[in-house]
Amino acid sequence: MDWLFFGEISLAGLAMGGLYALIALGFVMIYKATRVINFAIGEIMMFAAYLFLAFAGGMELSAWIALPLAVIGGSILGGVIEKTMIRPMLGESPISVVMVTIGIASILVGLVEFVWTADPQLLPNFLPREPVFIGPLYLAPKIAYGFLIGAALLIVYLLYFRFSRGGVALRATASDQAAAYSMGINVRRVFNLAWVFGSLAASLAGVLVAATGGLSPQFGIIGLSVLVVVIVGGLDSILGALVAGVFIGWLETVAGAYLGGEYRMPATFVVLAVILVIRPYGLFGTHEIERV
Amino acid sequence: MEALLEIDNIEVVYNKAVQVLRGLSLRVPKGAIVALLGSNGAGKSTTLKSVSGLLTLEDGEVTAGEVRFRGKDVKGVPPEKLVRNGLFHVMEGRRVFEDLTVEENLIAATYALTGNKPSLSDSYELVYNYFPRLKERRKQLAGYLSGGEQQMLALGRALIAQPDLIMLDEPSLGLAPLLVEEIFTIVARINREQGTAILLVEQNAAVSLAIASYGYIMENGKIVIDGPTEKLTANEDVQEFYLGVGGAEGETRSYRDIKHYKRRKRWLS
Repeated sequence: MDWLFFGEISLAGLAMGGLYALIALGFVMIYKATRVINFAIGEIMMFAAYLFLAFAGGMELSAWIALPLAVIGGSILGGVIEKTMIRPMLGESPISVVMVTIGIASILVGLVEFVWTADPQLLPNFLPREPVFIGPLYLAPKIAYGFLIGAALLIVYLLYFRFSRGGVALRATASDQAAAYSMGINVRRVFNLAWVFGSLAASLAGVLVAATGGLSPQFGIIGLSVLVVVIVGGLDSILGALVAGVFIGWLETVAGAYLGGEYRMPATFVVLAVILVIRPYGLFGTHEIERV
Repeated sequence: MEALLEIDNIEVVYNKAVQVLRGLSLRVPKGAIVALLGSNGAGKSTTLKSVSGLLTLEDGEVTAGEVRFRGKDVKGVPPEKLVRNGLFHVMEGRRVFEDLTVEENLIAATYALTGNKPSLSDSYELVYNYFPRLKERRKQLAGYLSGGEQQMLALGRALIAQPDLIMLDEPSLGLAPLLVEEIFTIVARINREQGTAILLVEQNAAVSLAIASYGYIMENGKIVIDGPTEKLTANEDVQEFYLGVGGAEGETRSYRDIKHYKRRKRWLS
């Protein structure tokens, strides 16, 4: 076995996993606060990546202006979706809400195809090009710098959850909605902000992933991998999202390198199936007792 | 005395089908402790929820009547606004945020101060002053506190909010008698020292009437008897059915006289 190759592949996988962790964090944030399983997260990523394409490619803005603009655009999209389509569904059955998010996903795909056509696109390269070596291991610069940017946002989020007053409001809402209301917390606002900041994380990851692998209206499929991540980690666990994100990213890349690209998804779904058998609530998810 | 809270003939229906309150009225004067007593399922908690606006979360609706807080109709005011206006509801079962620390639970309550009073830096000290045990445990997860400590935390959150009225839903629930006494002593102290009015919902009539100045007793969604506590505790029916004292003749009644019990219990018949 070629350990150098394995090391390089693993490194690339772990870096990719860092971005998965970021997307999963966005997903978990929305789920924790609002109990909505957001199937449109991959499409929100895609939308933000296309926005980046429009700003950086079409309008020829500097990538470092286009990136924040695209991310803000994706966040606003999340906020608008919550306010106009998810909020009216408050109190409806979870299945109906899930169907709404699936509907939103296909609307976004249609919209993107309408504006940018269905052809695959390449994002203008904006990350440094010098190869990155960690010890003897080579890492593609796009992946390495993408990881660093993603990890920075991830750390900001984690610190915010843990130590800020807003983080307390979010966790309080996640823990007991009615009690959060009775503390004077504006729960509807927390819902909206969870969507905004969840979409922000997804949008940034979307641009970074698209920068390494290209962009097409099918980009949202990545949402499936993220779904695996959050289910393995436990839907409502931030720690789970991080650990499972890194792990699934690594597994996908390694499986892709050794078994061939077509085995990427099957490998992760096998893990998913095994985890679900052993721990139905995911690695770190809370056991929930449904009360009627 | 000026009324802080007035409930005027309200009716509440859940799921558009089940009527729980049938024309209930009560008032809480400024700075007073008022007890609302009644057995399981009488509609006590529903009464509080229809005041604090949490009813809508459970698909309940006030279909008639009016609730006024400081003279203003609360209809259509979102729950968090009411809290910020000084009406704090401590829900049944304490409802602490279990995966937050004690301190974070108190921080969550500072949202009640949004937009009006500045958050007092010593308000945490005030809470810890009333409940020294919470100070020892302030870095612990609230879920690991004992029932009594959780009730203290629930009261502590209310103190942080500096409300004009605290609505307390069954603070004695599941607590040992000694602890119940401790909690009620502190409730009375809060009322005395902070001037906070308290609407106390309880099944435990004896301790409630001991600290309240006025009491209401409800059954099947309406008030069946009310009056100043001295008058209530002197009432023969209240003594027998809520305070567990024997009948007027001083003898304890056995369940053999159950028919008699049933007949007597219909207040308005």
